[in-house]
Amino acid sequence: MKFIIKKAASLLITLVFVSLLVFLSFEFIPGDPASSLLGTQATPEKVEALREEMGLNRPTLVRYLDWSSGFIRGDMGTSYSYHIPVKEMVGGKVPITLALTLLSFCFTVMIAIPLGIYMAKHAGGRLDSFLGVLNQIMMAVPAFFAGILLTFFFGLVLHWFTPGGFVSYEVNLGKFFSYLILPAIAIAIPKSAMTAKLLRGSILEQSELDYARTAYSRGNSTNDVLWKHLLKNAMIPVITFLGMVLADMIAGSIIIEQVFGIPGLGRILLTSIANRDYPVVQAIIMILAIAVNLINTIVDIIYHQIDPRIKYQ
Amino acid sequence: MGKLTARLEEWKKKPFLLRIGLIMTGISIFFIFVGIFVTPYDPEAMDASSKLAGISFKHIMGCDNFGRDVFSRVLKGSATTLFIATGTIGIGITGGILIGAFAGYFGGVLDELLMRINDAALAFPSVLLALVLISLFGTGKYQIILSMGIAFIPSFARIVRGEFIRYREMDYVQQAKLIGAGSFRIMFVHILPNTFRVLVSSILIGFNNAVLAEAGLSFLGIGVQPPDASLGRMLSEAQAYLFSRPGYALCVGGTLIFIILGFSFSGEGIGRKV
Repeated sequence: MKFIIKKAASLLITLVFVSLLVFLSFEFIPGDPASSLLGTQATPEKVEALREEMGLNRPTLVRYLDWSSGFIRGDMGTSYSYHIPVKEMVGGKVPITLALTLLSFCFTVMIAIPLGIYMAKHAGGRLDSFLGVLNQIMMAVPAFFAGILLTFFFGLVLHWFTPGGFVSYEVNLGKFFSYLILPAIAIAIPKSAMTAKLLRGSILEQSELDYARTAYSRGNSTNDVLWKHLLKNAMIPVITFLGMVLADMIAGSIIIEQVFGIPGLGRILLTSIANRDYPVVQAIIMILAIAVNLINTIVDIIYHQIDPRIKYQ
Repeated sequence: MGKLTARLEEWKKKPFLLRIGLIMTGISIFFIFVGIFVTPYDPEAMDASSKLAGISFKHIMGCDNFGRDVFSRVLKGSATTLFIATGTIGIGITGGILIGAFAGYFGGVLDELLMRINDAALAFPSVLLALVLISLFGTGKYQIILSMGIAFIPSFARIVRGEFIRYREMDYVQQAKLIGAGSFRIMFVHILPNTFRVLVSSILIGFNNAVLAEAGLSFLGIGVQPPDASLGRMLSEAQAYLFSRPGYALCVGGTLIFIILGFSFSGEGIGRKV
């Protein structure tokens, strides 16, 4: 329990730190949001009036506190380009990106863990070496290229789905998920190759330790030792890695959303960057940062539960 | 002759993966290097008569939607990609060595402070961090190098710091201190060369990540801007013609995978040797 409280406190400090970084870095951008909002109609008086109205003339610290407390209350400011609350723009997109990330993660676990165990069990065999090379190749395939290949094969050759098509989760939940399957596979391919390789190495490393030899010498079968003894210890580095993978997938889904034309957080983030719509960029970055840090904290806690020897530093 | 056979013997002793990786990397670098000086066609020259032409002896990778020779553009694009990856790793490793060396060698409050900031940055996936920085610096070749370079610093800093903590208590460091060597001399003349082994394999991994990240960002249209060619950008253009000419996307993507595989096999091979 003490560990969890410590971790939660550390999460809070990191998030305050990140929010400061996100807020301050957008302070130093050249160009004034008020004059860019007014565009060609900008006169010094109008700019000054708008600055006053937007609260840009207040001290930085006051605006930071205002922004961050607003964020906690769910008020993320107003979009520069669309003049609607950021919350309205972003809110509906969060479930899409979340669903895509979670689906990719499930696929990764479902592919990587059996594959890694199989490769470790047959280490040194022909199929293991073949899978090893295949793994190495899969790791080199960028997720967006895997996405393009899947679109080509399943969309244009087999006609199983319409490339660029999408059904909102509000309209039909089943169809919504069916459109996410291929993008999720595209994200999962390189990640599961990496995870499987790590798990294989980890199991093999454990199998050379004394306790494994003792277990064998007591007459346990290979399978018994593997499932009852090795796997538990071998999973520890894999869980850390999976935590990193999940965090990475959130960023990866931004690119994949673009390949498959999925209107998630990634698409608004990109258009907002192009339009210099900073309130939206700030909000999305903060949402992603909170998600990533929350995942890291949860992984650390799980990690501690599995192996209490791991001390909090 | 004797020397040559000795060299060949030495080459054969290297791990299989390392040999394959070095050959693949060699091929990529050779083509890219030649491509800087001469390409079969002008990569920018448009030819309306060969729009989206297929693979032929005349155009070994076909032509794009403007009738530009894809092979020439792949050569030029790979050069841009490698240039950006090299610049990124250059900034990442320089920053990483500076931060890691000071934090690891001096420890204490400085270490605590630097690593707090470092971990906050490391908590972000590097592509996301690069995205934030790009939205600050703007798009373009040099902005990408700067953004990605900064995004890559934290991971290198962590590795270098670990190495410095390992070495700072060693006898040779203590002896150097006794002779009266200054901290800077100990850090950069005595300790740094010992970290090269670890650095080489992390540079190769980092290089791969940089190639992937650049391709991803350019694919999104916020990386390299025209007229500069880049593999990621070409892939996003090729995606539009996936149905009429899948060969375009396959050739560009295949090149990207070939380059990445070369580096990852080499890195893997070196890792196994150590």
